[in-house]
Amino acid sequence: MGDGKSTFADGAEVPRVVIVDDHRLFRSGVRGELGDAVEVVGEAGDVDAAVRVITEHHPDLVLLDVHLPGGGGVEVLRRVLAKHPDIRFLALSVSDAAEDVIGVVRGGARGYVTKTISGKELADAIVRVADGDAVFSPRLAGFVLDAFSATDAPPMDPELDRLTQREREVLRLIARGYAYKEVAKELFISVKTVETHVSSVLRKLQLSNRHELSRWATARKLV
Amino acid sequence: MAAETTAAEEEPRLHRAREGRLLGGVGAGLARHLGIDPVVARLALLALAFGGIGIAVYATLFFLVPAENEAESGEDEQDASRRRGRDISQLLGYLALAAGLGVLFLIFGGLFDPLLWFLVFGAIGAAILWQQANPAQRDEWVSVTGIRSRKSWMRAGAGIMLIVIGVFGFLAFQQQLHEARAGLTFALAMLAGISLIAAPWIVGLVRERDRERRERIRSQERAELAAHIHDSVLHTLTLIQRRASDPREVQRLARVQERALRSWLYQRPADAESTVKAALERVAAEVEEEHGVPIEVVCVGDGEMDDAVHAELRAAREAMVNASKYAGTDTVSVFGEVEPDEVLVFVRDRGDGFDLDAVPEDRMGVRGSIIGRMERHGGSARIRTAPGEGTEVQLRMPRIAAAE
Repeated sequence: MGDGKSTFADGAEVPRVVIVDDHRLFRSGVRGELGDAVEVVGEAGDVDAAVRVITEHHPDLVLLDVHLPGGGGVEVLRRVLAKHPDIRFLALSVSDAAEDVIGVVRGGARGYVTKTISGKELADAIVRVADGDAVFSPRLAGFVLDAFSATDAPPMDPELDRLTQREREVLRLIARGYAYKEVAKELFISVKTVETHVSSVLRKLQLSNRHELSRWATARKLV
Repeated sequence: MAAETTAAEEEPRLHRAREGRLLGGVGAGLARHLGIDPVVARLALLALAFGGIGIAVYATLFFLVPAENEAESGEDEQDASRRRGRDISQLLGYLALAAGLGVLFLIFGGLFDPLLWFLVFGAIGAAILWQQANPAQRDEWVSVTGIRSRKSWMRAGAGIMLIVIGVFGFLAFQQQLHEARAGLTFALAMLAGISLIAAPWIVGLVRERDRERRERIRSQERAELAAHIHDSVLHTLTLIQRRASDPREVQRLARVQERALRSWLYQRPADAESTVKAALERVAAEVEEEHGVPIEVVCVGDGEMDDAVHAELRAAREAMVNASKYAGTDTVSVFGEVEPDEVLVFVRDRGDGFDLDAVPEDRMGVRGSIIGRMERHGGSARIRTAPGEGTEVQLRMPRIAAAE
């Protein structure tokens, strides 16, 4: 995403964040864990409040719970992104169910992490997504590999429906628990290239309208 | 009917039944042999009896057909005596039926009087319908509402048809066809009227019953959920409160409970044990429970377990144990990939790492349990590690199906 925004990675500025989660305890927990790494400008506990707070504050990033009263995270994505396509979303969930993960990413979230993530890792992920990159948890990487390989049918749009060899390698390393830096070292490429690959996978995941993706996700309701 | 049953693969041999017999067990035995309802066999015998043939047939069968082996029908005393009580009432019913038919027979004075046969048709039809509506059958209806079995529809149809034929034929042969037609029209009009009145009420009843059933199912589910939460979650929370001073133990309890709840919520029971993915997750859960270090499992693809993969999972388990015990890290990543021709497992930690060359030859853990085990089963293991860099154990096992 080549917009003119300054990057948060160099630490000159901290991203402005809205936390959307229906558990108040969890919101305050995240707030405490993130500390000074971000500036929390608002919180919301359901879909309507989330849309209101986000529209009002126009944050750099929204930490979005997948399960929300009033339609879920997907509904927030739909309503906000229609008007403000520049706001980035990082999905955060206790659910590892494939349909939730794939659903929220296809809805427009640029990353997905589970709530067991440590405070530091979460802060890193926030900075990365706020800068326009994608963040895949190992589990999400596993899901994506599964979803894109789970078919014998020829792809309808080879450009979108298939992962390149390199993208698969990157995803497999992420699924093995490698950080971007480690992936880059392993494959003898730069971190920037890793980010490019992951973003391109994210784009494919969001744009490919292969039936298999959704069908695969609903068929696998297990962790 | 007979042709149909002989075509059946294992038709019971013709015996006189001991169990569920009324007189000599001929009717019940015949019914079992032909695979029909005993009532039908008995009615047929009864009908034949009026020509005199039935009695002869019964007597012949009684003497020629061997009685069923007693040992085969292993029933306890109580059940048998209960059955006997019912048998007598049934027997009385058949006797009454026989007496009634006899009276009719006398009145109409001949087997070939059509009037008699129309009466018999009507009676059989009515009997079928009543049989349909008895409490046990009704329960069956209730349990399969909506998809009421075709068989019962067919039976009801046959019953109604028999009654219609009986009534109509009876009237017709009384040379009262005109009246019969008028009467039939009248009766049909009445019936239509009654059904118009009763239909909404019946529909209401059916809906009400469906709603009650759904409600019952839902409350059962709620009860099951409540029971589960009580047994597991509340129990764990109590333990956590008691162990609040030991953060490691608290974390372990929480992880174990989380895993249990997750598998209860999302796992399909069918593939609990038999697939690679489920087995890998189970192994990780066991190690995590023993050593208290969270293990994140990601698995791509899935497949059947085989012996070689079993060995691979044991090696993976050893690797996880090592990582939990010696790496000094707070999380271990496990990645499994099931390909058509091989199964890959990676166990990785970001802990201390170690110098592989410095491991003495006699240390069993790495060489024996991981590398040796993999090689014995035709796979391979690679260990990448360096002090301060963490460790990754890579296991690769070709699948048996692909090797053949």
